[in-house]
Amino acid sequence: MIFDKTRQALFALFPAQDLDKPVVEEPSSDETEDAKTKKTAEPRKDGLLECDYSVHGYHLDAQVAPEQLLDAVTIVDNLEYFIESITGVDWIKEDQLEVVYDFSRYDFDVCRVVIRTRLDRNNPIVPTITGIYAGANWHERETHDFFGIKFDGHPHLIPLLLPEDADFHPLLKDFKA
Amino acid sequence: MSLTLLNVIVAVVIAIAFAALNAAYLVWAERRGAARIQRRPGPNINGPFGLLQPPLDGIKLMAKQLTIPGGADKVLFIAAPVLAMFPAIMSFVTIPFSESIVAKNMNVGVLMIFAFASMGGMSLLFAGWSSRNKYAMMSSVRAVSQAVAYEIPMLITTITVVMIAGSMDLMEIVRQQGGSFLHWNIFPLLGRSHNILMPMSFLIFFICTLAETNRAPFDLGEAESELVAGFHTEYGSMGFGLFFMGEYANIVIGSCLTTILFLGGWNAPLPFLSFIPGVFWFLLKLYILIATFIWIRWTFPRTTIYGLLNLSWKILIPLSLFNLLLTAGLIKVF
Amino acid sequence: MSSPIQLQPDETFILNVGPQHPATHGVLRVKMEMNGEYIVDAETVIGYIHRMHEKMGESKTYPQYLMNLSRMDYLGAVGYSHGHVLVVEKAAGIEVPERAEYIRVLMVELNRVASHLFWFGAFVMDLGGFSPLMYALQDREHILDMMEAVTGSRLTYCYFRYGGLYNDIDDDFIRAARAFLPRMTKSMKKYHKLVTGNVIFQKRLEGIAPLTPEMCRKYGASSAVARGSGINFDVRRNEPYSVYPEFDFDIPVYHECDSLARYNVRMDEIEQSLRIIEQALDKLPDGPIMPKKKPKIIKPPAGDYYQAVETARGSFGVRLVSDGGKTPYRLKLRSPTYSNMHLFDEACRGMLITDALAFMGSLDLVIPEIDR
Repeated sequence: MIFDKTRQALFALFPAQDLDKPVVEEPSSDETEDAKTKKTAEPRKDGLLECDYSVHGYHLDAQVAPEQLLDAVTIVDNLEYFIESITGVDWIKEDQLEVVYDFSRYDFDVCRVVIRTRLDRNNPIVPTITGIYAGANWHERETHDFFGIKFDGHPHLIPLLLPEDADFHPLLKDFKA
Repeated sequence: MSLTLLNVIVAVVIAIAFAALNAAYLVWAERRGAARIQRRPGPNINGPFGLLQPPLDGIKLMAKQLTIPGGADKVLFIAAPVLAMFPAIMSFVTIPFSESIVAKNMNVGVLMIFAFASMGGMSLLFAGWSSRNKYAMMSSVRAVSQAVAYEIPMLITTITVVMIAGSMDLMEIVRQQGGSFLHWNIFPLLGRSHNILMPMSFLIFFICTLAETNRAPFDLGEAESELVAGFHTEYGSMGFGLFFMGEYANIVIGSCLTTILFLGGWNAPLPFLSFIPGVFWFLLKLYILIATFIWIRWTFPRTTIYGLLNLSWKILIPLSLFNLLLTAGLIKVF
Repeated sequence: MSSPIQLQPDETFILNVGPQHPATHGVLRVKMEMNGEYIVDAETVIGYIHRMHEKMGESKTYPQYLMNLSRMDYLGAVGYSHGHVLVVEKAAGIEVPERAEYIRVLMVELNRVASHLFWFGAFVMDLGGFSPLMYALQDREHILDMMEAVTGSRLTYCYFRYGGLYNDIDDDFIRAARAFLPRMTKSMKKYHKLVTGNVIFQKRLEGIAPLTPEMCRKYGASSAVARGSGINFDVRRNEPYSVYPEFDFDIPVYHECDSLARYNVRMDEIEQSLRIIEQALDKLPDGPIMPKKKPKIIKPPAGDYYQAVETARGSFGVRLVSDGGKTPYRLKLRSPTYSNMHLFDEACRGMLITDALAFMGSLDLVIPEIDR
C-alpha cells in the first residue's frame, strides 16, 4: 500500500520521532474557548502525523524544516504523487508563516500527503520546488503575492494575480487595505 | 456611333448596378441563411423580412468615421479596399446573362475575368501591409498564399473547358452547351468532352472558388476567432464596407463563372422548357450555387493553413492536371 | 502533423493575444513570442479578474460565504458550492439527509451537462464552425429553465446550505428532467454526426498538443486534460464523496493525449452524466432536506480540513484552516483550471498559433476560476 511506503519514507526525515509509536491525531472534541486559543498560540513542532481521512480529508501530514523541504518533496515525487496546490497560512500569534504543500495521487491507491514548513514571519524564505514539480511555478508565485514568502531559486517570481507593481501582501493578517 | 457608345455605357452601368445590388443583398441572404441554419430568425425588424437591412447598414457605414491608423501607409491603405471592389465589379461587364443580355461581350472573356481576379489578390497584400498591425500582416500573408495556391487548379480546370469549347468567348462556351442538361459540360454523356471525370472538374472549380473568395471553410484570412478580423482589422466605415461588398461580388462572379463553364449558362435543362427566358435559368443556377456557398460556410469549421495548402498543391493540382490531359486525349480521339 | 521549421532567434516578434480577444474565454492575456506563425515561447498573464475570494473567506462567516463559490466558475457553479459545503459539514460534523444528497448530485450533474454544452459550442466556434453553438445553447436553456424554477438562479446558484438544501424539488422539476433526458440523447447523436464525424474538425484536432501523463502529473492536471492522456483519475471514483458510490457510471479515458482525445472525453462525460441523472431520479428517496439538529452558528473545530470534488473542470479542492471561530482562519480554493492552464506555457512551444488556440479551447478555460 502506498500509504505505508510514503509513511516509511517520510519517517526517515524525522530521526527524533518515535518510530514504534507514530503520532495519531486525536479528533478535537468539545473544548472551551480559552483552551482553544491557548492551544493555537503554541506553534506546531516538526514531525509526521497520521490523520483521520474521514474528518480531515488527508492521510499524512508532515511538518518539515525548510532545509528538509526538498528532500520531502523528492520522496513524494519519486512515489508518483501529483502536486495539488501550494498555499500559505499566516500564524500571526505565533509570529510564523506556514507554507502548505498538498499532494495527491492519480491511481486508486488513495493517499493524500500534506507537507508543511514554518517560517519566520519577518524573513520568510523557503527553497523552491519548481525543479521537481514544474507546476509549482504558479502556486509559488501566488503564495508570494498573498504572503510575501520568498521562494529561493524561483525562475520568475513576479506578481501573478496582483498587479505587476504591487508591493503589498493581502492575506497577511495585519494587512490594512 | 454615339448611340452605340450610349448603349455600351448604359450596359456597363446596368452591369455595375446589378453587381452592387447583388453584393448588398447577398449580405441579407447570408444573414437570413445563417439564422435559419442556427435556428434563429435573423434580421426581421427593418422592413418586411428585414429587406431594408442592407441599405440601412450601408447608411450606417457611410456615416462612421473613416480612421487611418497613425503610421500606416496612406496610399496603400486607401487603395486596398478600392482594389478589392473594382475588379469584381468590372468583371460583370463581360458576363452573358442570356443570348442578348450582355454588357460587352469579348472573345477573350475568360482571360479578362481571370486577369481581374488576380488584381483582387493585390488588395489583400496592400491591406495587411499598410495597416501596421501584426494581426493584419499575419492574416494577409496567409490569404495571399491561399489565393496563389488556389488560382492554379482554377485555371487548369478552366483551360479544360476552354479546350472543349475551342474558344475563350463566354457566349460561345454557353452556346455549345445547348440542348438538354445532358449537354452541359458537367455531364459528359452528350457533352463535347466525352470525359467521365468532368464532375470532378466541376467540384475542383467549386472548391477553388470557395478558397479564392476566402469563404469558410477556407477563411483563414479573416479567422474571426483567432486574428480578430484578419487583414481588414484596421478598416472601419466604408473601407470595411468595400471589402465586404468586394467579397460578395467575388462570390457572385465565381458562381457566374461556374454556371457558364459547367452548368450550361442560360440553357434550359430540358428542350421543351426553353420558352422560359434564358435569364431566368441563369439566375436560378446562379442563386442555387450561392445558396450552397452560404450553406457550406455555416456548417463546417475552419481548416488549418497546412491542410488548406496541402489540399491545393497535393490533391487539386494533380487531379486537375490529370483531367486536363484526359480531356485533351479524348478530344483528339473522338 | 506539422513539423516546426528552423527557428531563427532574431526574427521573432511578440504577439499579444490580449485581454480582449474573441478566442480567450474571459480576460486572459497570453504574450506569445512568434516566429512567423510558430510560437517560440508563451507567457500567460492572469489576474485581470482577481477578486480575492480567499480574503473574503476570512472576513465572512460561513453562511455568508456560500454565494461566493458560484461566482468563481459561473458555468459549473453548483459543483463548487458542493465542495465547500462538504468540507464545512465534514469539519463541523453536520449530517446531511439522504434526499438532500441525491438532489445535490442531481443538480451537480445537470450543471455539468450545461457546462459541457457551453464548452462544446464555444470550442467549435473557436475552430470556425459557428452553428453548433446555437444548438448547444438551446439544449442548455432547457437545463437552465429547470434549475431556475427550483433554485431561483440561472447561472450563479446559491442552492446548497450546510446540512442540505434550502428548497425542495417538486414534481414539475422531475417531469421536466425526465423529459429532458431523451431529448438530450437525441441531440448528442446529432452533435456526434455533425461535429465529431466531420473530417475538417478531426484533422484540426488530431495530434494537436500532445500532453504526456508525466507532464500532467508535474502540473497537477485533472478532468479531461488528464483523462485524455490516459490517466484514469476522477475524484468521484478515486475518492468517493456524497452518494456517488450508489451510482453506476463509467469514467471515459482516452490514451491519444491530443486535443481530440480531450474533446471525446468531455462528450462522453455528458452521456455519463445523463446516466447519473436518470439513476438519481429513479432512486430519489423521500424525506427532509435539512437535518433536524443543526448548530445555529457554524463553528468547525480547530484544525485543517480538505475536500476535493469533481467539477466540470476538474478536481476542485477546498482547504479549510479553522481556529474554531465564526469565520475561517484560512480558506484556500484550489481551482482545477489554474493547474490546467499552467500547462499551456510549456506545451505550446513550437506550435502554430491556430493550433495553440485550438489547444486552449480543449483545456476548457473559465478565467474567473483561475483568478478567483
